[in-house]
Amino acid sequence: MNSLGPVWLTIALATATTLILLIIGTPLAWWLASTRSRLRPVIEALTALPLVLPPTVLGFYMLVLLGPASTLGSFWVTLTGEALTFSFSGLVVASVIYSLPFMVQPLQSAFEQVGRAPIEAAQSLRANRWDTLTAVVMPLSAGGFLTAIVLTFAHTVGEFGVVLMVGGNIPGETRVVSIAIYEYVETLRYGDAHRLSIGLLLFSFVVLLLVYRNNRRMAVRVA
Amino acid sequence: MNSTDLNAQAFLQIDVRTPLGDFDLAVDLELGKFGVTALFGASGSGKTSLLRALAGFGEAEGYVSCDGTVWLDTDHGINLPVQQRGIGFMFQDARLFEHLDVAANLQFAQRRARQEPQLVDYDAVVEAFELTSLLQRHTGQLSGGETQRVALARTLLTQPKLLLLDEPLAALDDARKSELLPYLERLVREFSLPVIYVSHDLEEVARLTSEMIVLEAGAVIAQGKTADLFARLDLPEVSGRLEASALVGALVVEQDTNWQLTQLAVGGQKLAVPLRTGLSVGDRVALRIRARDVAVATTRPVGLSIRNVLAGSVVALETDQDSPFAEVVIELDRDTANDPEGIFIRSRITRAAAAELELAVGRSVFALIKSVTFD
Repeated sequence: MNSLGPVWLTIALATATTLILLIIGTPLAWWLASTRSRLRPVIEALTALPLVLPPTVLGFYMLVLLGPASTLGSFWVTLTGEALTFSFSGLVVASVIYSLPFMVQPLQSAFEQVGRAPIEAAQSLRANRWDTLTAVVMPLSAGGFLTAIVLTFAHTVGEFGVVLMVGGNIPGETRVVSIAIYEYVETLRYGDAHRLSIGLLLFSFVVLLLVYRNNRRMAVRVA
Repeated sequence: MNSTDLNAQAFLQIDVRTPLGDFDLAVDLELGKFGVTALFGASGSGKTSLLRALAGFGEAEGYVSCDGTVWLDTDHGINLPVQQRGIGFMFQDARLFEHLDVAANLQFAQRRARQEPQLVDYDAVVEAFELTSLLQRHTGQLSGGETQRVALARTLLTQPKLLLLDEPLAALDDARKSELLPYLERLVREFSLPVIYVSHDLEEVARLTSEMIVLEAGAVIAQGKTADLFARLDLPEVSGRLEASALVGALVVEQDTNWQLTQLAVGGQKLAVPLRTGLSVGDRVALRIRARDVAVATTRPVGLSIRNVLAGSVVALETDQDSPFAEVVIELDRDTANDPEGIFIRSRITRAAAAELELAVGRSVFALIKSVTFD
């Protein structure tokens, strides 16, 4: 059970992150796909930042931002009684930010691919904005949703630097698969490291295979 | 504005401006609670842009009101979103939802129009457009004509106050076009809705519309009854050249099975055409008479195989030194008690013939009609 602990923790983290990002990412991607605001490139750049920043930079600022000394961190402590740093909740917050582009970018390009035509058709049939999004744009973007969900999940499973900075290595709390592998290697337990690594490798390959098979037409925009 | 003014207010008031490539669309129009109005003009004249401005797509400025509701009033910051205007908009490219089958496409419209007065019945629409066998089909499995029929039905099910049709036949080849035209005619007949019909096809305009607006470079250059505009020489786009024709109303007076002829009365004058089945005595029909099928004589001809000779007088004559042809508009003599409004036909003869016959405005002539088409 000890060796499976990090696996379950990783799955829990990736699932929570994906669900939260679906809720945040869908309206954000819809806004980016349909707005003519001058703020759009700014928001796009901010969304894409986690793709290019070293995880250590992101992790460092997350640590500062989420720490008990910060406004957000101290608020969280009063609210829940535990700190955001070096906790599962903190990991989820960090992962949501770290994996944001993997949700938003495929969704945005799927929404853009739907184009003006079906949206205008829906409006002419008395559908309001929200109705148009849920009844027309989202079903027509089903492929984009699949890509976004799978990539977000897989990317969260594969993160390391941010987790190490924000979460550390607490068994059952923040010790996800990638951290466990790191520790196994540090302690020269190559057998254990190998088992987890090959699992992660196969998982990632299968996930990407699924994505590319399902979206032959859709360019998967990952940096 | 007091209440009597309100009663007199036009069904549709339009005063819109919107930039349009090389020029601006600037249209100031009033329309009554009409039947079908054609919005006619060459491609690029702004027809579709005007229709989209009426629907609320794009960024038009100015004023639009329909049936007492203000849709657009830039000065007062009003711009009602498309979905609240109660229009039915049919796009040239149909725009059926790919993720839904035919029935679900129709229900999409029906479900969102539940709060509206139910003027259009689902079953009646399915029947009128013969969609029963298509309901379970995926939209990708429809032919071009079927797609347009479904789109038309879906547009009607949105229970519109005003129907805006953007060249619904333009995407179809001629065979599909003539397949769909009867459905459009049925739409006009059975679901008596005000319709604005964008087209650059004179035949469609002649068959489907009673009123006409002609656009050129973003401006209205003529507005009036379709038949009247067809007879005007100063609208080369409408009158066309080779296809110039006149629209004439006629009354069926006899179905002669002996000679296989349908006898018609045009303003009280007789006109015989090859027997047209399906008509009965007393029916009113619309005829299209092409200018090149009309010859002119100054005396009633005898010993001629052409039997359709209508008396009238020249009301307009246009010649052009660069053309061998003269365009003549003839107002037919009529029984004013039954036909209070003027009946006009057009003739294209050679300029030489016009000169030799000494044709001039006011001159009594006889129009020799070689053939007519039923609209």
